[in-house]
Amino acid sequence: MLGAMRRVVGLWLAVGWLGFALLPWSAIGGSGFFAFQWLVRYPLDVSAAPASVQLVWHGRIWLAPVALALLVPLGLLRWTTTPGRAARMLVAAGTCGLIAVLAIALAIDINGWTWPPLATLFGPLPRRQPGLGYGAAMVAASSLMFLCHGLALRGWVKGDAFVAGAIGAAVCLVGLFTAYPLSRLFVHAILDQNGNLSLSAFQARLASSKIWGYGGIVWNTLQLGLLTATSATALALCFALIVTRTQFRGRRLIGILSILPMITPPFVIGLALILLFGRSGAINAVLEWAFAIRPTRWIYGLPGVWLAQTLALTPVAYLILVGVAEGISPAFEEAAQTLRASQLKTFTTITLPLMAPGIANAFLIVFIESLADFGNPLLLGGNLEVLSTAIYFAVVGVQQDAGRASILAVVLLCFSLSLFLLQRRLLGRRSFVTIAGKGDGGTRTRLPRSVAWATAALALPWAALAVVIYIMILTGGFFEKWGLNHALTLHHYATAFAIEVDNNRLLWTGGAWSSFWTTVTIAVTAAPLTATFGLTVAYLLDRQRFAGKTAFEFATMLSFAVPGTVVGIAYILAFNAPPVELAYSGIILVACFVFRDMTTSLRAGLASLSQIDRSLDEASTTMRAGAFTTLRRVVLPLMRPAVVAALIYSFISAMTSISAVIFLTSPRFDMATVNIVGRAEVGEYGYATAYASVLIALMVMAVILIRLVVGERRVSARQSLG
Amino acid sequence: MKFVRRVSSSLLGLVGGLIMTAAPMPLAAQEVTVLCNFEVDWCEGLKATYEKTTGLKAVFIRRTDGESLAQIRAERGNPRADVYHAAESASAKQLASEGLLEAYKSPMVAELHDWAVRIADQNKYFQTPIYTGVLGFGYNTELLAKRSLPEPKCWRDLANPAYKDEIQMANPGSSGTAFNMVSTILQMMGENEGFKFLAAMNKNVNQYTRSGSAGIRAAGKGETTIGITFLHDSVAQAVQGYPIKTVAPCEGTGYEIISSAIVKGGPNPAGARKWMDFVLAPAGQNVAITVGKFQIPSNKTAQIHPMAPRSADVKLIDIDLDKYGSKEGRERLLSRWENEVFKAPK
Repeated sequence: MLGAMRRVVGLWLAVGWLGFALLPWSAIGGSGFFAFQWLVRYPLDVSAAPASVQLVWHGRIWLAPVALALLVPLGLLRWTTTPGRAARMLVAAGTCGLIAVLAIALAIDINGWTWPPLATLFGPLPRRQPGLGYGAAMVAASSLMFLCHGLALRGWVKGDAFVAGAIGAAVCLVGLFTAYPLSRLFVHAILDQNGNLSLSAFQARLASSKIWGYGGIVWNTLQLGLLTATSATALALCFALIVTRTQFRGRRLIGILSILPMITPPFVIGLALILLFGRSGAINAVLEWAFAIRPTRWIYGLPGVWLAQTLALTPVAYLILVGVAEGISPAFEEAAQTLRASQLKTFTTITLPLMAPGIANAFLIVFIESLADFGNPLLLGGNLEVLSTAIYFAVVGVQQDAGRASILAVVLLCFSLSLFLLQRRLLGRRSFVTIAGKGDGGTRTRLPRSVAWATAALALPWAALAVVIYIMILTGGFFEKWGLNHALTLHHYATAFAIEVDNNRLLWTGGAWSSFWTTVTIAVTAAPLTATFGLTVAYLLDRQRFAGKTAFEFATMLSFAVPGTVVGIAYILAFNAPPVELAYSGIILVACFVFRDMTTSLRAGLASLSQIDRSLDEASTTMRAGAFTTLRRVVLPLMRPAVVAALIYSFISAMTSISAVIFLTSPRFDMATVNIVGRAEVGEYGYATAYASVLIALMVMAVILIRLVVGERRVSARQSLG
Repeated sequence: MKFVRRVSSSLLGLVGGLIMTAAPMPLAAQEVTVLCNFEVDWCEGLKATYEKTTGLKAVFIRRTDGESLAQIRAERGNPRADVYHAAESASAKQLASEGLLEAYKSPMVAELHDWAVRIADQNKYFQTPIYTGVLGFGYNTELLAKRSLPEPKCWRDLANPAYKDEIQMANPGSSGTAFNMVSTILQMMGENEGFKFLAAMNKNVNQYTRSGSAGIRAAGKGETTIGITFLHDSVAQAVQGYPIKTVAPCEGTGYEIISSAIVKGGPNPAGARKWMDFVLAPAGQNVAITVGKFQIPSNKTAQIHPMAPRSADVKLIDIDLDKYGSKEGRERLLSRWENEVFKAPK
C-alpha cells in the first residue's frame, strides 16, 4: 500500500520539482512553449526564469513557501513511516503548495501587487506582470495530487488513490474553467449602471416585463425548448429503434443520415431551409404555381426555429439513445415473451421503460442545447425573441447592458437547473441495469409491427427532408450564386482551397486554409480530451460517492447550459489578464470546447453506466483490482457506444460551433465557422457552402474513423437479430 | 498493472497541467492587431494593401461593431488590439469617454473632406472618420411588379397600407443602423410626429431583423419586398445581381459616420498610427472599390465607385448624431419605440 503510494508520490514530486526548478514559472509569451523563443531569456531573465532562480537570484522570497511545500514529501521518500503520518504529511504539503500558488496568483495582477502592504513588504514589481506559466501549473498539479493521495491514505473514497486524484483534478479544472469565468460575469448582475453593488438593480432587471409573462422572452424560450426537446427526442427514438430493432433494409444508411444535420456548420441549414421553405423558396413557388396559394412567411418565427433546431439536435439525441437501445440485454425481452407477453406488451413494459434514462438524458441535453442555441433563432426567428438572442444583444446591442445579459443568463441557468433536478427525481431511485455479469445469449426482439410502422412513418419523411437539404448544401458550392444564378462553376472551391506550386514549394493560397487547419487541429486536440474528461467524470458521478457530488455535477453543466456568447465573454473577462492569461491562444479555444462539450460526453456516459450492473465492478474489486483497472478492463469496454458518442459529438461540436468562439478567435487562431459566417454575410454563399461541404466530408470521415478505432461493444456471442 | 496505473494517473494530471498552463503573451509586437468591423472581404483587402504599401505586418480580427465594443471593454487593463477599425461614431465616442481610446491626429487629416475634419475635431481626434453612409431603402423590383404595388419614393410612402407586411428593418435595440434610422426620423419629423409615423409603418413591417443589413438581403432573396438600410448595402445587393432598386428618400435623409480609432495601451501604438495614416490615405480608401463597396470615402482624393450613391442625388439633412447618443438618450428612445411602435397593435 505504502510502497505503491510512494512510487506515485515520487513521480508527482518529480513533476513538481521540474516545474519549480527547471521550467519557466511565469507565462513565457510569444508563440507558445514549442516555439522556444523563451530559451533566449532562459534561465536568468526574470520573464523566463524558473521559480528556483527567481527565488535565489532575483530574491523573490514569496516563492519560498512553494519550495517548502515541495520539500516535505521528499522526507516521505527518504524515511519509512506509518500510513497515518504519511497521510498527514501529504495533506499538509499539498494544502500548503496549493495555497501558496493560489495566494501568489491572487496577490499579483498585471499591475503588480494587488494589495499595497505587500508592495512595501516585498518591494514593488514592474507593471505588465505575466500570468502564471508551465512551472506554476506543474507545481499546482503536483500539490493537488499530494493532497488527494494524502486524503486517500486517510480512507477517503475507500482509499483509492486514482479516484481521489481524478476527483481532485476534475473539481479543480471545472472550477477554473467553468465556475470561475462564469462567476466573474455573474457579478455584473448585481452591479448597477455605475458599477456599484445594488440589489435594487438586480430586482428591477429581474422583474422586467419583457422577460416574463405570456409572449415574453422566457415564455418563448421555454415553449421552444420543450417543443424541440420533445420532437427531437421522439424522432431520435424512432431512428434508434429502427436501427437496432428492425430488419429494415438500409437501416444502416438511416443511422448515418440521421447524424448528417449535426455535422453541418451553423447558418448553412438555416439558409437551405430558407431556400426551401422561405417566401420565395422552392416549396412556396411550387404551391403558388400549382394551387395559386400566396406565399407566406411562416418559416420566420417559432415554426422555423423549431424545424431547424429539431433537424440540428435530433442527431445528438440519437447518439445517446442508440447506445442505450443497444445496451438493453435481450434476456429481459425474451423473458417477457416466454411469459407470453405480446410483442407490443414487451415493447411498452420492458423495452421502453428500460430506455428511460437514455430518453431523459437525451431530452435534457436537447432542451438545454435548444435554450443555448443562437444561430437558428438569429436567422429564422423573425420577431421571436428568446433568451440566447436577448443575451447576445444585451452584450453587443445598442444599449450594451452587461447586467441585463447576466440576469438573462441566470434565468437561463435556473431553467436548466430545474430540469436537471426534475430529471434526477424522476429517475433517481430506479434501476435500469441490463448488463449484468450473467451470460446473456438472447437475441433482440423485433419491434412489434404497429410500432415499427409508426416509427417508420415518423422517421422516413424526416430522413427524406435531411437528404433534400443535404443535396442542396452539397451542390450549393458548385453554383455561381446559390438561389439566384445556377450556372455551374468550380471557382468557389478554388477561392477557398487553391494550392499553388511556386519554385517547387506548395503555397496554400486559398482563403480557407488558415482557418481550416486551425479548426482541425483544435478539434482533434479537444475531442479526445473532452471524451476522456466527460466519461471519467461520468464514472466518478455514477460509481463513486463523495461530498458535494450534486453540486459538482451541476457545475459541470454550467458552461454548457449558457449560450456560447456568454461563455465567450466570461472567458475573456477571466483569462485576458494574469493570473491565468490565455486570451488569443489556442489553449483558450480548446478549453472552451472541452468544458462546454464535456456535458454531452458526461450524459452519454451516465446513460450508458446506468445499464451496467455494479456487481461487475464489485466482482472486479473482489479480485483486488483497483478502481482504475476496473474502469479500464471492465467498465470502459462495455461503454463503447458512449465513447463513440462522446468522441463524435465533441469533435463535431468543435468543428461547427460558433457562438462561443466569436470572442475567442484571434489572428493566429481563426475558426472555420467564423470564416464561413463572415463570407455568408457578404453574400458569398457559394464559398460558404463549398467550405461547409469540405468540412462535412471531413467530419463524415472522422465519424467513420472513430467508429472503426473504438469498435463495438460485445456483450454476447449472438449480437445480430434473430 | 501498477505501472499502467501510475502512468495513467500521471497522464491525467499532465493533461490537466497542460490545459492549465498559461498562454502566449504578445512579445514585442511587430505587427498591428486590428479589430476590423468591416465585412471580411474588405478587411482582407485592407490587410493585403497595407502590407504591400507599408511593408509592415497587420493581422485583423473580424468583429461586428458591438462585438468589438464588448471586447475592448472586456480587455480593459490588458488591451490586445491596437486599432478599433470601422467603429460607429457613437461607439467610439462612448469608448473615448470611458478612457479606452488614444487620441491621434493623423497628418492625413489635411486631405479629408470638411465633414470628416469637423467630426474628428469635435471628438478631439479620439476618432477619425473613414467613410459616411447614407440612410435609405431598397426594394425588390420583381416582387413589387408581381404584387402591382406603387414605387416607394419617400419615407412617408412606407406607411402606405398597401405595403402591409412587405417591409423589413432592423430592431433599433440590436442594430446601430436601425437606431440611426429612428433617430433620423425623429429629428426630421419631430419626436411625437416621428413616433406616430413609425407606429403607422409598424403595420407594414413583417420583421424587425437583428442585423442592420439583414432586411435588404432578405429583399434581395425575395423574402420581403422593401428593406430599410444604408444605400451602399442596397447598391451592393443590386451589383451582386439581385433585383434591387435603391431609393434615397425624397424628404431627405440622415447618415452614419464610420471612424477608425486607436485603442489605448495596445501592444503596438506605432503600428496603430501607421494603420490610421494608411486607412485615411487614398491607398487605403481605394481598397473599397476593389471589393465592391459603395460608401462615400472621407479622403477628398479617394476614388468613388461609379455605382455609389452620389451626394448630388441625395438630400442630406443635418442631423445631430449625438442627440440620442448618451446612455439616457438611448434608453429614452428605445423605451418609447418599444412601447409606442413595437408593441402597438397591428
